[in-house]
Amino acid sequence: MLSNNFSKEHELYLRAVKRRKAAIIIVQILILIIFFVQWELTAKYKIVDPFLVSQPSRMIKFMGKLYNEGMLFRHIWVTCYETVIGFLLGTIVGTLIAIILWWSDFICKVLDPYLVVLNALPKIALGPILIFWVGNGKTAIILIALTISLIVTIISVLTGFKEVDEDKIKLLKTFGASKSQILRYVVFPSSIPTMISALKINVGLSYVGVIVGEFLVAKEGLGFLIVFGGQVAQLDMVMLSIIILSIAAYLMYEAVAILEKKFTVWKS
Amino acid sequence: MSKLIIENLSMIYHTIEAETKAIDNLSLEVLEGEFLSIIGPSGCGKSTLLSVIAGLFPPSSGRVILDNMEITKPCNKVGYMLQRDHLFEWRNIFSNITLGLEIQGKCNNESILNIESMLEKYGLSSFKNYYPHQLSGGMRQRVALIRTLAIDPDILLLDEPFAALDYQTKLAVSEEVYKIIKQEGKTALMVTHDISEAIALSDRVAVLSKRPARLKNIYDIKLSVENRTPLKSREAPEFRHYFNAIWKELDIHVE
Repeated sequence: MLSNNFSKEHELYLRAVKRRKAAIIIVQILILIIFFVQWELTAKYKIVDPFLVSQPSRMIKFMGKLYNEGMLFRHIWVTCYETVIGFLLGTIVGTLIAIILWWSDFICKVLDPYLVVLNALPKIALGPILIFWVGNGKTAIILIALTISLIVTIISVLTGFKEVDEDKIKLLKTFGASKSQILRYVVFPSSIPTMISALKINVGLSYVGVIVGEFLVAKEGLGFLIVFGGQVAQLDMVMLSIIILSIAAYLMYEAVAILEKKFTVWKS
Repeated sequence: MSKLIIENLSMIYHTIEAETKAIDNLSLEVLEGEFLSIIGPSGCGKSTLLSVIAGLFPPSSGRVILDNMEITKPCNKVGYMLQRDHLFEWRNIFSNITLGLEIQGKCNNESILNIESMLEKYGLSSFKNYYPHQLSGGMRQRVALIRTLAIDPDILLLDEPFAALDYQTKLAVSEEVYKIIKQEGKTALMVTHDISEAIALSDRVAVLSKRPARLKNIYDIKLSVENRTPLKSREAPEFRHYFNAIWKELDIHVE
């Protein structure tokens, strides 16, 4: 259907579409550059107090210092590692529980009010209990990240399972499919798009869990740097950590988006 | 010879508010190799009947017998075709067709060869690596039929198989589906609410009453056309007589 012999009008149209796309990207990058340049300049000429808002050049200097101490990637690694583990565990355990609830309508109905309560509860409130139980360390942080994403995963994956077309299930039943075959052949694969959008939400939630966890107990990691920087009035440390955190969260979100493309090739 | 016997079948639905009788003491025989249509007012329990025949749930009373065996659960002798094609978007055409065989654990060289030859015969072999959304509605319904035929059923149950298609596509696809069913020599039982479709495709048409469904009458469709196909049937002079008779029999009033 695609041909390279476009009419003049169509070529103009294509060029306009391309130009618009380029314009959007250029403006996006410009906003970023302008933001940092004005930050640097307003701080330099003392229009804003660099002690309170820090300054890009001071942040870079601090980053160099951290790097020379060999701690920069250590902190980043710790936070990302905890997030990925919490995120994967939340997704896998959440999906498994959703499968159990799909399998047994009785269990699902019984647990429904408890799920509602747990969903409404701010999971961070459980932080101190988890720390008390497993000690203050990485395990507690991962557990906090896990509890934050778990309930949302269960609910959204289960909703995805239940939205599967009844007639598709009927079709499989006429072939004599067992319940596990129905799960494998239709319920699970047709819920993959729902599960991936759950993953996308979980990336953000797991970061929340990890940072809060690090606020509470950590001796390393970006959350630790933020809280420590605040305590010793080192805003360079705080701001730098927040910016690195944003980049890390963005990259992880993009990784999930790549995964999404891979699993939904059939859509293209 | 009778292929399928429905014997004094009754079906009651239970909900908290009420119990509803969907089918009332229905008896019907489908002969080997024939195309029988069941027509009735909307919501009269036609689809329920097919589900019972497919063994999806047991009747409240009565029996369904296929080739001298009572049907109590889904079996590979019954092929079921639904209103929409329900091709799985994440599977390509070929693996959509092998779906039933995979579930029944019968995906072997012989069955694959059989599928390949059907795809070839019905003009779909160049599409086997395509995904469903790349095919037209008519082609998708043909794929759905081949998916049903792949498990080599003795009888095909068609649940308003053309209802989701637009009128022109419906005419073309029913023509194709009819030819494929005849070529494969299958017995077919179709449920529909489209009178002309029922006459055009069937050897016999059974008319059901409003809910609870009871058998009102059976029409032997005898048309004076040679090499009958659904489109040719529509040209037969007897066509409109059957149409009028069935229309009267259905006794539909718009309130």
